[in-house]
Amino acid sequence: MKRSHLILLAVGIVLALALPRILYSALALRIISWALFAVSVDLLLGYGGMLSFGHAAFWGGGGYAAALLAKTFQLPFPIAVLGGTIVAMALAAPIGYLAIRRRGIYFAMVTLAFAQMLFYLVNEWRDVTGGENGVQAVPKLLLPGLSVSRTADFYYAALPLVVVGFLLAYRIVHSPFGHVLVSIRENESRAQALGYATWRYKLVAFVLSGGLAGLAGSVFAIGNSFASLDLLHWTTSGSVVLMTVLGGMGTLWGSAVGAAIVLLLEDQLSSFTDASGVVTGAILVAIVIFFRRGLWPTLSDLVRRTASSPGGA
Amino acid sequence: MDLGYLSVLLFNGLVNGAFYALLSLGLAIIFGVMRVVNFAHGAFYMLGAFAAYLLLQQAGIPFWPALLIAPLAVGLGGAVCERLLLRRLYTLDPLYSFLLTFGLTIFIQDAMRLRFGIQGQPYPLPGELASSVSLGLVSYPAYRLFVIAFSLAVCVAVWYVIERTRLGMVVRAATERTELTRALGIDVDRWITGVFAFGIALAALAGVLAAPMRNVSPLMGSELIILTFAVVVIGGLGSIAGAVAAGFLAGLLASVGAIFDPAIENVIVFALMAVILLVRPAGLFGSQEAA
Repeated sequence: MKRSHLILLAVGIVLALALPRILYSALALRIISWALFAVSVDLLLGYGGMLSFGHAAFWGGGGYAAALLAKTFQLPFPIAVLGGTIVAMALAAPIGYLAIRRRGIYFAMVTLAFAQMLFYLVNEWRDVTGGENGVQAVPKLLLPGLSVSRTADFYYAALPLVVVGFLLAYRIVHSPFGHVLVSIRENESRAQALGYATWRYKLVAFVLSGGLAGLAGSVFAIGNSFASLDLLHWTTSGSVVLMTVLGGMGTLWGSAVGAAIVLLLEDQLSSFTDASGVVTGAILVAIVIFFRRGLWPTLSDLVRRTASSPGGA
Repeated sequence: MDLGYLSVLLFNGLVNGAFYALLSLGLAIIFGVMRVVNFAHGAFYMLGAFAAYLLLQQAGIPFWPALLIAPLAVGLGGAVCERLLLRRLYTLDPLYSFLLTFGLTIFIQDAMRLRFGIQGQPYPLPGELASSVSLGLVSYPAYRLFVIAFSLAVCVAVWYVIERTRLGMVVRAATERTELTRALGIDVDRWITGVFAFGIALAALAGVLAAPMRNVSPLMGSELIILTFAVVVIGGLGSIAGAVAAGFLAGLLASVGAIFDPAIENVIVFALMAVILLVRPAGLFGSQEAA
């Protein structure tokens, strides 16, 4: 890791540790889970150039699987989260296989449609998923018999999992694999001409990204003791894309910042309206028109310019 | 399984297909000319239904005039969106306009929710079509038959205009060779606004048709738009006839699926999409180039 990245990581971890003290712990938990979720989308969109509009399938698929595992077998949550991650990857493999047959805007539509299909299936499969009631009263066990039912305790117990997820994403984008992915984003035919089986790279990226989304969703669902259809709704897929675009695509950190900003905003709005989409929708429209670079690239430019100008600014 | 029940199911499928066809037709036209996949199509469909509802509530204007006025009004709103927002994105990756229209969708939906609440509002059937028609084996609501016939007529008319008239020729030329069309002295930008407004008006028309059958509510277009995307992937966005055919096909197939298990009615359209992606990724009527 580069030194500047290590410093950033240290700052990020300190911030994450302090988060439940600054905000309330339920909001802090929401922020770290959605941050990892947004990072998983960025991995695919910012590096692979694939806009998945169906990542709710993996966030929700993982979340439901983890919640069911934790509840049915009274499993410690790290194991349930691992199970949720695996289920999400198992879902991502066939969906990704089909979706990468189309590119660009079609890819977005296809992923969106498959996520909606999963939404209907989970809704109909009431015996297992509880239909519209969802999976309720999911236990939060750290070890068999040792419960971390307070949200603040759970937050610190789950934070390492989220950090591991983030490090994995970092590792993936800075590996040779990640570089091939970027080359596919830039020019797929050229990457093919260089001898890369691009579809294989895209599929692996899709499955890895789905796994990270599943990890995030599992932590989120168990942390809330609840898996509901909201996890799988298409607005969830859209919200996470909004976070990534707001933060700046292809930066990983930006996605985390974007997630934090959107959630803080929604938290403020929720005290006086349940129709926060009026604000978040308008923001997305404004970003796409005026601010396509996103926050992180803009900020890091600013920092760089300030640092390099003599005497600072 | 008796034949009467079967034919009712088939007609229901055609009714659903009529809505898919009108919506995917609008999507295909907009995509053809602008390379924009309009996520907000479902929201404009909902606005069409609300326009009809408000015309009746506020001004006492009944269904038939509303069938004309509501699409015009919503189409005008679409033209404003195109001029103010979408216009700025044409030189960019289509993903940006997709994101923009997604933002627009949640904005419109939640704005309507703030104003009208989540509860659906009933809209009366037009008096002339409130009865049922005997089809030999069974009787079927006259209004639903009207929906099938009317949307088919609209689809055929649109197809005719685009494929067989001078107007359509200009639109197709602007689609395929924008620069060349400009060089021939045709104001392409003006056509683009008009075409977008027309596509939106088709969505609003579907909304007005839906109002007497389904409750008028802010979320009525929210799931429909995703199903329509699946339909569009099945048909291939490149062709007008393909969009319409895939719409009716999806509607029929979903009803037939419901014979075996009502739970899979929604899922079956997506399953068909998966099959199409496997065997013919460009869509039933799509050209490979568009893939």
